[in-house]
Amino acid sequence: MSRIIVITSGKGGVGKTSVTANLGMALARLGRKVALVDADFGLRNLDLILGLENRVVYTAIEVIAGECRLEQALVKDKRQAGLVLLPAAQNRNKDAVTPTQMKDLISNLAKNYDYVLVDSPAGIETGFRNAIAAATEALIITTPEVAAVRDADRVVGLLEAHEIKTIRLIINRLRPEMIRQNEMLSMEDILDLLVIPLIGIIPDDERIIVSSNRGEPLVLDSKPSLPGMAFENIAKRLEGKEEVPFLDLMAHNDNLINRIRRLFKG
Amino acid sequence: MINELIERLFNWSNTNSSRDEAKRRLKLVIAHDRAGISPEMIESMRQEILEVIARYLEIDQDETEFTLESDQRITALYANFPIRKVKRQKLLVRDEESETTKT
Ligand SMILES: Nc1ncnc2c1ncn2[C@@H]1O[C@H](COP(=O)(O)OP(=O)(O)OP(=O)(O)O)[C@@H](O)[C@H]1O
Ligand SMILES: [Mg+2]
Repeated sequence: MSRIIVITSGKGGVGKTSVTANLGMALARLGRKVALVDADFGLRNLDLILGLENRVVYTAIEVIAGECRLEQALVKDKRQAGLVLLPAAQNRNKDAVTPTQMKDLISNLAKNYDYVLVDSPAGIETGFRNAIAAATEALIITTPEVAAVRDADRVVGLLEAHEIKTIRLIINRLRPEMIRQNEMLSMEDILDLLVIPLIGIIPDDERIIVSSNRGEPLVLDSKPSLPGMAFENIAKRLEGKEEVPFLDLMAHNDNLINRIRRLFKG
Repeated sequence: MINELIERLFNWSNTNSSRDEAKRRLKLVIAHDRAGISPEMIESMRQEILEVIARYLEIDQDETEFTLESDQRITALYANFPIRKVKRQKLLVRDEESETTKT
């Protein structure tokens, strides 16, 4: 049974594409067959973050229009076996596609893969409706900021109305130092507000920007990194290993002053 | 004691932190979003309900509470109208009125 998972957020720029790329890579490294679908028509980026932009020939639009076969549009990742990308159209009108067409396309794709991850565009309009059309599960991305958390809650409501029952939360760009100073919402704060199960936390880390510069998702890096581990942990939890503990970001981001402070707290 | 001193020294325990502020504001706005009710709607609902209640009871206007609250994805409307006193006379008049209409 293949799983179709939409990655969405409401608010833009919170990390949907970065998570899709890294999570897809991590799942493929666990031996799964993974198809990544860029549903951000008109603003396609997943190809760029994955470093596959030069190999895009056809896109989802040509497949839907019957101008090419589905297999022809899929871009195989040469670094990681089992990973393919279905690119989004860049220049055609995004309203040209309907949720039914997307649903058929993705259901077709799912036949040959263990996972289909759909990178949703920001917002709750047509593009979002297309992205969620085939999904049976959703990963909501939020950051510890008021606008992102509010939008995440809106999206949860819309997904529930759309009968998507398995909804889990990823909190991206956490900054332990700011939480410690009470200047940022913590993981617990956000869970209190949103009341959906958590599947991952990702620290704010410049290596994510560096890896996107190079088009090499962090999880491919031979040097282990905290954000890389965060993605790998999410992949494991998706695979049913719910017992994988959450990263202790507060401990990892420790410094002398904080240790002194705790010493006095006893 | 010494901990408090350190906290104050480094301004760690600022009482009205932006984190608390964010949480408080989100709680409200999310409750409203979930119910699909605008603050204006809440206010006119409060006014109308208050009008009805004021026919029977004397309400402490300054102490009324009327808010949406969300908890575990269930949103509820909480109303609290502290009563100053029951309007005895009004009640009697009403009873008589209803009796006359009955006959
Ligand atoms: N954990 C992180 N630490 C540092 N930077 C990050 C992190 N996550 C994402 N970013 C950066 O934030 C920016 C937005 O990320 P991304 O494109 O993945 O978001 P998005 O939700 O897909 O945006 P859009 O809504 O436009 O599709 C990028 O520059 C990315 O490198
Ligand atoms: Mg994106």
